[in-house]
Amino acid sequence: MSRAKAPYIAPAERAAPDLDSGKYLVMWQGPNHPGITGNMSLRLVIEGDSVVDCETHVGYLHRGFEKLMERRLWMQNFPLVCRIAVPEPDFNEYCYAAALEELAGIEVPDKAVWLRTLSLEMIRLASFLMWIGGQAGAFGHGTIAQWSVTMRDYVLDLFEELTGGRIYHMYIIPGGVRGDVPAGFLRRVLETMDTVRKNLDDIELVMFHNVVYKMRAQGLGYIPPDWVDQYGITGPNARAAGLPRDLRKDLGYLAYPRLSFEPIVGTVSDAFERSRLRLLEMYQSIDLIRQIVDMLPARGAFRAKLPNPLHWKIPAGETYVAAECTRGEYGFYVVSDGGDKPRRVAVRGPSYTHGVALMERLARGVNIADVAGLMVSLHTYPPEIER
Amino acid sequence: MNIKDFIAPFAVWKRAFEKPFTVRKPIDERPGAPRYRGFHINDAKACVGCGSCEAICMNQAIDLVPVAGLPAKEGDSGLRPRVDYGRCCWCALCVDICPSGSLGMSNEYVWVDADPEVFRYTPGVEAKPWDKSELGYRRAEGYRLLDGQRVAMPELDHQAAVQSFLELVRGYSRQQAEREADRCVACGLCVASCPAHMDIPGYIKAVRDGQLDEGLNLLYETNPFPEACGRICTHRCEAACSIGAGTGADGEPADPVAIRWLKRYIADQVELADYGRALPRAEPDSGRRVAVVGAGPGGLAAAYYLRLQGHAVTVLEKDEAGGGMLRYGIPEYRLPYPALDKDIAWIQSLGVDIRYGTAVGVDLSLADLAASHDAVYLSTGLPAPYRLDVPGDDHPRVLDGVAVLAAATRGQSLGLGKTVAVVGGGNVAMDAARTALRAGCAVDILYRRREADMPADPDEIREAKAEGARLVEKAIPLEVKAIPLEVKAIPGDPAGALVAWNEARMVQKEDGQRPVPEPIPGAVHEDRYDSIIAAIGQGPDLAFVAESDGIEIRRFKPVVASDGRTSRATIFAGGDLTNERKDAISAIADGHRAALAMDRLLRAKGN
Ligand SMILES: Cc1cc2nc3c(=O)[nH]c(=O)nc-3n(C[C@H](O)[C@H](O)[C@H](O)COP(=O)(O)OP(=O)(O)OC[C@H]3O[C@@H](n4cnc5c(N)ncnc54)[C@H](O)[C@@H]3O)c2cc1C
Ligand code: SF4
Ligand code: SF4
Repeated sequence: MSRAKAPYIAPAERAAPDLDSGKYLVMWQGPNHPGITGNMSLRLVIEGDSVVDCETHVGYLHRGFEKLMERRLWMQNFPLVCRIAVPEPDFNEYCYAAALEELAGIEVPDKAVWLRTLSLEMIRLASFLMWIGGQAGAFGHGTIAQWSVTMRDYVLDLFEELTGGRIYHMYIIPGGVRGDVPAGFLRRVLETMDTVRKNLDDIELVMFHNVVYKMRAQGLGYIPPDWVDQYGITGPNARAAGLPRDLRKDLGYLAYPRLSFEPIVGTVSDAFERSRLRLLEMYQSIDLIRQIVDMLPARGAFRAKLPNPLHWKIPAGETYVAAECTRGEYGFYVVSDGGDKPRRVAVRGPSYTHGVALMERLARGVNIADVAGLMVSLHTYPPEIER
Repeated sequence: MNIKDFIAPFAVWKRAFEKPFTVRKPIDERPGAPRYRGFHINDAKACVGCGSCEAICMNQAIDLVPVAGLPAKEGDSGLRPRVDYGRCCWCALCVDICPSGSLGMSNEYVWVDADPEVFRYTPGVEAKPWDKSELGYRRAEGYRLLDGQRVAMPELDHQAAVQSFLELVRGYSRQQAEREADRCVACGLCVASCPAHMDIPGYIKAVRDGQLDEGLNLLYETNPFPEACGRICTHRCEAACSIGAGTGADGEPADPVAIRWLKRYIADQVELADYGRALPRAEPDSGRRVAVVGAGPGGLAAAYYLRLQGHAVTVLEKDEAGGGMLRYGIPEYRLPYPALDKDIAWIQSLGVDIRYGTAVGVDLSLADLAASHDAVYLSTGLPAPYRLDVPGDDHPRVLDGVAVLAAATRGQSLGLGKTVAVVGGGNVAMDAARTALRAGCAVDILYRRREADMPADPDEIREAKAEGARLVEKAIPLEVKAIPLEVKAIPGDPAGALVAWNEARMVQKEDGQRPVPEPIPGAVHEDRYDSIIAAIGQGPDLAFVAESDGIEIRRFKPVVASDGRTSRATIFAGGDLTNERKDAISAIADGHRAALAMDRLLRAKGN
């Protein structure tokens, strides 16, 4: 279903609480709140301890990336785009690079295709590891965050070794990647995957076989499958609702068509189901990383020759390149007017759909103590809402 | 919900005693990974101050600042990048683009200071603890943002080339030229080293953008001989080009941008008939009259810029065509006459009056000229060949290199015979040798030092050898002898001569001086050649200058100020006649400079 045709959700459907009645309390959650996973605010109207109305407020993180990009050379945006989603910079790098390559007609060497796939799966794992800490923490299980953030750091160690940076990797550069793997790197990847996997087993045990977590997460934030297209829900939030949608399969970009995996689908579509599904996807990422390490070509160029970055002009045209990030469809719409800078770049981040309209709808009727858990269960990164 | 859901969570305790992953600084140190993008390091000696790092940095974290104490040299701006860590985002694009490969990053990432001003420094100039760091981000092998490899120039192959005087270098196609022009980073280091200070980045950009009229206009701002210079210029600019400063992706020295070929491309692409569209016309008549002696590149350049200012210019030239040594020295396969004619035709089209076959000093005197004109420019070049200066150098088979080349230009028979010795190691020697090869001779080049010491352009030497010339290094000519009668008496054999030469070895006399050849006692050879071409240099011929002309002459050259003015206020001189570089572009630069000074003089003379 085309999103343009999605039914308009009329304000009449929303409760219009009479704030002067003395029955309600208005409460702000955020802009600085661990359950918000970044800088944004929820304006909650509370009756007793349940939420009657929720309004999302963004604007705290606006850095004008899309506009900035119009003032910078094509190559100069390469270090900029990673900042759009801090915990998952690589999807920005990939989408931006792939869009430019498509417009400029550049063939990326196979080795680079594999290395790109490797870094995207590694960051998927790292990002999920951070998320699961937040999810557990939102329900009071701080210990899991300690474990998972440590595991994430082990993955970031790998990134540091491969790319020279822990957070902003700046590795996927238009034309390919910036370097081959260092000696012994692949062995360390496999070792780290073993460590992470063992930890995931522990997390599975203490988080998903946990009476508190079950009681609070099960039934929370139910997303009916027919909302998926109405709201433009993608990624694990859609898959937990039973839709086997995964761009890695559906678009078959990079090396994914050469890897064996199946989209993981859930049924129940509540916060518990979504978190369980993400846990399974972490195992899946580990498996994909192992496959990639296996199949990575030993030799070959890792970057195509590109024109001089100081006056690289890209033929006029426009394209939309999307990839499956941890939260769903991540995409870059790039327009060139034939000049040395983009005419327009628009970034499509799944957090926008999940964290704004959907959150407002799902929060109604939720216990105030579960708002953070609900928000995290949608896996939102506010920086990517505001580009 | 089952009993496991109550018990399992207690499993968290098993990790209570594990070693934490966090680093307890300063007890524990954690060095950055070998590729870590930490604080910058720069090899200030290798850096050429091109500013490419500054240009690519999207955060404007880099400023190129003057650095004291750097040895001044061509191809180095004397500036070095200063990094502001209040802006830097550690992307290392600056490292990726650096053509010299001097810039890198250390794996150091901790730097604590109470003074916020210190986090801005010039790596490699202001000492930092991580200066010597072997670790940290460097460009990966085989990875460069700038292309270190020049677009190959289509050329005739040497076998075919030596059969004729067809132009060897074929010129870039549009696509090739644009690709080559793309390699330029517009650092401008070349501009400083070009004697004429041509706007090289400007015209390269014009090539890139396909704005050839604009390009031609930029060329003519400083050089009215783009067709000729686009082929034969000594291209000192290319030695200064930052793109050639480091190594390419293949580890070989990178190629500088083919500046000269791009200049040629512009001039070749615009038809003479279209020059008017791009180039300025002469100003209205100023009423002043100027004479130029010599229609070489220097004289005609002066004529062009003087004419543009509206002065009436007459050029006196003793030969029957213009171009000077470009026509009568440089062979056709390097500079075809139609290309030279095109340059000259445009200059003439502005109304410059060239009187061919008019030798000053013979047909009219310098004094007459000075009397009938408001100012005079002398650009008579170096027409007098140096002699070998060995016994027997007046033997009829000892020929002068420039004379041989001039005869070739005039289509006269060269009469070199079958075997030729060319004595000398400069460009004239190479041109003479390759001309002799094209006349079907077997050619030996005798040079007193080693190949590496030869003043000729390395390309010329390479090509001469590829075309079949034999290079005899460390050969000092001793004598030219007539062939004894009994040997000579072979019917049909042209009368040759014997060259006696002494094998030499190179001796280092003083430190820093270049080694000198010293004859090895007894190692004397005697070889027979049909012709011996002396190409060891030319000197001026100032017979046309009389003492009464009031021009101070020192060491056979008029003494000139930096603007070309001689000791007589209205007479200027330049080109080979006065400068040390003795190449076309220096003569053109002299002509331009003198034209500006003469224009000032003419305007100041009152109406
Ligand atoms: C064989 C050879 C190869 C060369 N190769 C290169 C090269 O590859 N690249 C490069 O940049 N340079 C090269 N040069 C040098 C270059 O040709 C000269 O630097 C340049 O031509 C100097 O210009 P000019 O105007 O000073 O003098 P010239 O070009 O020598 O012109 C002087 C003119 O004055 C005329 N003249 C002299 N006396 C009188 C008089 N009394 N009355 C009237 N007219 C007179 C002469 O006939 C001549 O036309 C080469 C030179 C030679 C000889
Ligand atoms: S040589 Fe390298 S470090 Fe030096 S100014 Fe140029 S780009 Fe910067
Ligand atoms: S690392 Fe990036 S931000 Fe820092 S100075 Fe270099 S180009 Fe600029």
